Amino acid sequence: MSDPKTEWPLWEVFIRGQHGMSHRHVGSLHAADEAMAIKNARDVYTRRNEGVSIWVVEARHIAASSPSDKGPLYEPANSKVYRHPTFFDIPDDVGAM
Amino acid sequence: MYAQMVKSEATDEDPARLAAFQARIDADEKIEPKDWMPVGYRKTLIRQIGQHAHSEIVGQLPEGNWITRAPTLERKAILLAKVQDEAGHGLYLYCAAETLGVSRDELTEMLLDGRMKYSSIFNYPTLTWADMGAVGWLVDGAAIMNQVPLQRTSFGPYARAMVRICKEESFHQRQGFDIMMKMCSGTDAQKRMAQDALNRFWYPSLMMFGPSDKDSVHSAQSMAWKIKMNTNDELRQKFVDQTVPQAEYLGLNVPDKSLTWNADKGGYDFAEPDWAEFYDVLRGNGPCNVERIAARQKAWDDGAWVRYGLMAHAAKRRAAKLAAQ
Repeated sequence: MSDPKTEWPLWEVFIRGQHGMSHRHVGSLHAADEAMAIKNARDVYTRRNEGVSIWVVEARHIAASSPSDKGPLYEPANSKVYRHPTFFDIPDDVGAM
Repeated sequence: MYAQMVKSEATDEDPARLAAFQARIDADEKIEPKDWMPVGYRKTLIRQIGQHAHSEIVGQLPEGNWITRAPTLERKAILLAKVQDEAGHGLYLYCAAETLGVSRDELTEMLLDGRMKYSSIFNYPTLTWADMGAVGWLVDGAAIMNQVPLQRTSFGPYARAMVRICKEESFHQRQGFDIMMKMCSGTDAQKRMAQDALNRFWYPSLMMFGPSDKDSVHSAQSMAWKIKMNTNDELRQKFVDQTVPQAEYLGLNVPDKSLTWNADKGGYDFAEPDWAEFYDVLRGNGPCNVERIAARQKAWDDGAWVRYGLMAHAAKRRAAKLAAQ
C-alpha cells in the first residue's frame, strides 16, 4: 500500500505569463522540495515559453473559502450596485467621465 | 478513446440533492473539487481521468521505442519533445484526479495491479519508423476527436487539463502526418512501409472510441453528467470522415474494402473493427500488454530509492534550515 509519508508533497504552481501580468494559477505537481518544485514546474508548465516567472507553494499551506460560505461571503455585494460607475446617469452634455 | 469502457457508478443519494446537482450541470456550471457531488460521479471520474492519465503515460512507451533510432537529429528532437508532452499530459490529468481524493501513488498502484486500465491502442507494437507517423496521425488524431469536446466537461479541473492538452495535441498529429508525407513521397520501400503502418493501425485506431453505443451500458449516465460529451459512434464516424481524405492525399489505401461514401448521411460507411480482438486486448492478451506493464513496474521499482532518497534529503535540509534560524 502507498505510504502518504513517502509520497512527495503536492505543490500549486503560479506562472507569470508576461512582464506586467500577475502570476496565475496553472496547476499542481508533486516534488520533494521547493527547488525541485520549481524545476518540475518549468518542465511541466512552461514547455512553450508560457512563463517568465514561477511561484510554487505547498498545497497544504493554502487556505480556501468553502463553497457553503458563498452566501455570507458574496451576497452582501449584490445589493451595492452603486459601486459600479454605470449606476450613475451622467447627461451626455457633460462629456466623457 | 484514451478512456474506454469506463463503468459509471450507481448513486443512491438524496433525490433532492441529486436533482440540484444535475440542475447545476444542465446549466453548464463547472463542478469544483470542494463542491458536493454524488459518490457515483466522483468514482466514475476517478476511473475515467485515471485511465486517461495512465494512457498518456503508457503511451510514451511505443514512441519512446524509436527515440534512439529516429532517422535524423531533427526527427529525434521532435519525437523527444512529443514524448515529453505526453508525460506532461499524464501529469495534468493525475493532478485533476487527485483533486477528487485519490493519491498519485494509489493511482499508480491501481495501474500496476490491473484495477485500472489504459487505452487498448498502446498494446500494439511500433515496428517501423512509419509507425511513428501512423501513431501521431491516427492515434493522436483520434485522441483529439475526443479531447476537444471534453474541454467542456462538467468537472472543472478535468476541463482545464483538457484545455492545456488540446493546445499541445495538434503539434502531435501534424508531426505524425509530416512523417507520413515524407515516407509517401519517398522510395517504393518507404511507401510500402507507410502503407503497412496504416494497415496495422487503422482498426486499432477505430477501437479507441470503444464499442458501439448500442452495446455501451455506461454512456447514458456519463452523458447526463457531462463527463462524456459524444457517443462512441458519433466520434468514430467523425474520425473516419476526417481521416479518409487525408489517406487519399497521401496516396495510401485505407484497409477496408467496404469503405464507401454515403451521400445520404454525408459520411463514409465503413467496416467495424474486430470487437472480439478489442475485448481480448482489454483482458490483457494484446501483443504488448505484458511488456507495457512490466516497463511501468520496472520504472516504479527502480525509482523507489530516488523517491525515498529525495524525501529524506528534503527533510534533512528542512531540519538544517530550522536549526540555523
